[in-house]
Amino acid sequence: MTQITSEADTKTFEPLAARGAPTRQIGPLNWLRKNLFSGWLNSLTSLVLIGVLLWVLPVMINWLFLDAVFRGNGEVCRQSAGACWPFIYEKIPVLMVGVYPQELIWRPAVAGVALLALVYLTFSDRIRGFVLISAWLALPLFALVMIGGAFGMTEVNQSLWGGLMLSILLALVGVIVSIPLGVMLALGRFYGSPLVKALCIGFIELIRGVPLITILFMVSVMMPLFLPPEMIINNLMRIQIGMIFFSAAYMAEVIRGGLQAIPKGQTEASLALGVSPNRTILFVIVPQALRHVLPPLIGRCIALFKDTSLVIIVGLLDFLGMIKGAALDPDWLGFQTEAYFFAAFVYWLICYSLSRYGRALENRGPNGAKR
Amino acid sequence: MTTKIESRVTTNETVIEVAKVNKWFGDFHVLKDVSLSVKKGERIVICGPSGSGKSTLIRCINHLEEHQEGRITVNGTVLDENLKNITNVRREVGMVFQQFNLFPHMTILDNLCFAPVWARNMPRKEAEDTAVMYLERVGIAEQRDKYPGQLSGGQQQRVAIARSLCMNPSVMLFDEPTSALDPEMIKEVLDVMVELASSGMTMICVTHEMSFARLVADRVIFMDGGEIVEENTPDKFFDNPQIDRTQKFLSQILAH
Repeated sequence: MTQITSEADTKTFEPLAARGAPTRQIGPLNWLRKNLFSGWLNSLTSLVLIGVLLWVLPVMINWLFLDAVFRGNGEVCRQSAGACWPFIYEKIPVLMVGVYPQELIWRPAVAGVALLALVYLTFSDRIRGFVLISAWLALPLFALVMIGGAFGMTEVNQSLWGGLMLSILLALVGVIVSIPLGVMLALGRFYGSPLVKALCIGFIELIRGVPLITILFMVSVMMPLFLPPEMIINNLMRIQIGMIFFSAAYMAEVIRGGLQAIPKGQTEASLALGVSPNRTILFVIVPQALRHVLPPLIGRCIALFKDTSLVIIVGLLDFLGMIKGAALDPDWLGFQTEAYFFAAFVYWLICYSLSRYGRALENRGPNGAKR
Repeated sequence: MTTKIESRVTTNETVIEVAKVNKWFGDFHVLKDVSLSVKKGERIVICGPSGSGKSTLIRCINHLEEHQEGRITVNGTVLDENLKNITNVRREVGMVFQQFNLFPHMTILDNLCFAPVWARNMPRKEAEDTAVMYLERVGIAEQRDKYPGQLSGGQQQRVAIARSLCMNPSVMLFDEPTSALDPEMIKEVLDVMVELASSGMTMICVTHEMSFARLVADRVIFMDGGEIVEENTPDKFFDNPQIDRTQKFLSQILAH
């Protein structure tokens, strides 16, 4: 070692004390100038947009609230320029559960409450990990038992299931089954032997190359022709399977993207520790891959929920189907706008909640965006 | 760290036997007739220019790379296609990587417990106790509940060493463990490695830390172009290299 300097010359290093960051002055006027009117192009855009808002918002508010009818019947509504909300109130049961027997309506209601409770527990982060996953796996089974009837409860034929209940059921089972299926397809395509790989690619590309409507027709109309007559799968289940396949093919490609993003060193580190290849994939690779692709995965869940509205084509009366039916009620003719507005609002509310939950998940955990 | 760590080789028991190993990456002949025998308790430092095959050699020892010709025996188990043999060897051989390769989605404690629980079926409680013991040994027990991303490079590498030790390996492989570290963090990792060496662990280290090699190594091996060029005790290797290629390499790395 060379001597860098002699003792006598040494000065002591005194670190500077850290200062707080300067606080910015943000008055409302400053904010406006900075954010909306920072140049002539921005100012013009802002003015145009404010103009559009000033034009649209009063019209909307008038129609939704000020001129709207909140109590009465079709006659009262037709005399007013605003929206007709009594129509929606009256149709709520039918929109929620379709033609489900009136006297048994408490059963889907119980399932609905269970769903809301679980949504609350999940969104508020009160349950996690194993409990969270088991609860979400158990919920659809519970809902199916409650809606369909079992263990001595009166059975309700699947042809009577409908409304928002049916939409949510299709989406919920679809998501819960298609994510693990998608993971398996992605793993097969990424790590599988040539045969497994070819099968996975074939499945994914076949399903992705066909519109959902075609798949729904296939499972609903064509599949019974090919299956032996003693093998009767009811229409709803066939459609559910079709939706699961469709969703899984897309999920698989999203998840494969996540698998590709994991550095090779992760696999090597786990293998070098003597952990088996399967456990390495299950505990090291897949959890990280899923976290990487959370935004598009949530996107697929939202898309699946909205895609359930296509089942009307193969004869199921989901939420949108019921909305259509309600708009044709002779007692309430002419209130389609309200019906579709309500439908849009419900779809938006559910999708936006999912989207918010996805964002919250991204921000959580060791590599969250907010850390 | 100035005093030479005395050799701990007490038996003639061979732990690793590499015999006439050849390996190609495509058409590139990366290992040429490499033979190496490591005794229990022996500490070996491998150095050489990049692309000389030194990392590939130690990665063959736990079968992260597959050799095409020759024979590698670890603790009496021959490494071949048999996945069970490979996994058994990997449980016996710890490895520390240049890029640490901690699992970013697990806490430090979970990183350490992962392999004992899933590869040795150790009860979680016992795995945690072992993990805490090794974390204390590498001096970062207080970080146990953090995630790897919250630690400095030096701390992460110490965790990586502790993670390997949790499997109670009989051999430790180090693949350039300090090359990705800030200068000020190299020492804290080397200190852990020196401590490990003095405890009698069998070690093969690919490193360019020559002070470490002098202090710890029983043998220094110089590789170039996929073959072992020179092999000697550290004193003879550094002070009196026999082959011109070694002399040139040493003059390059000791010059700066």
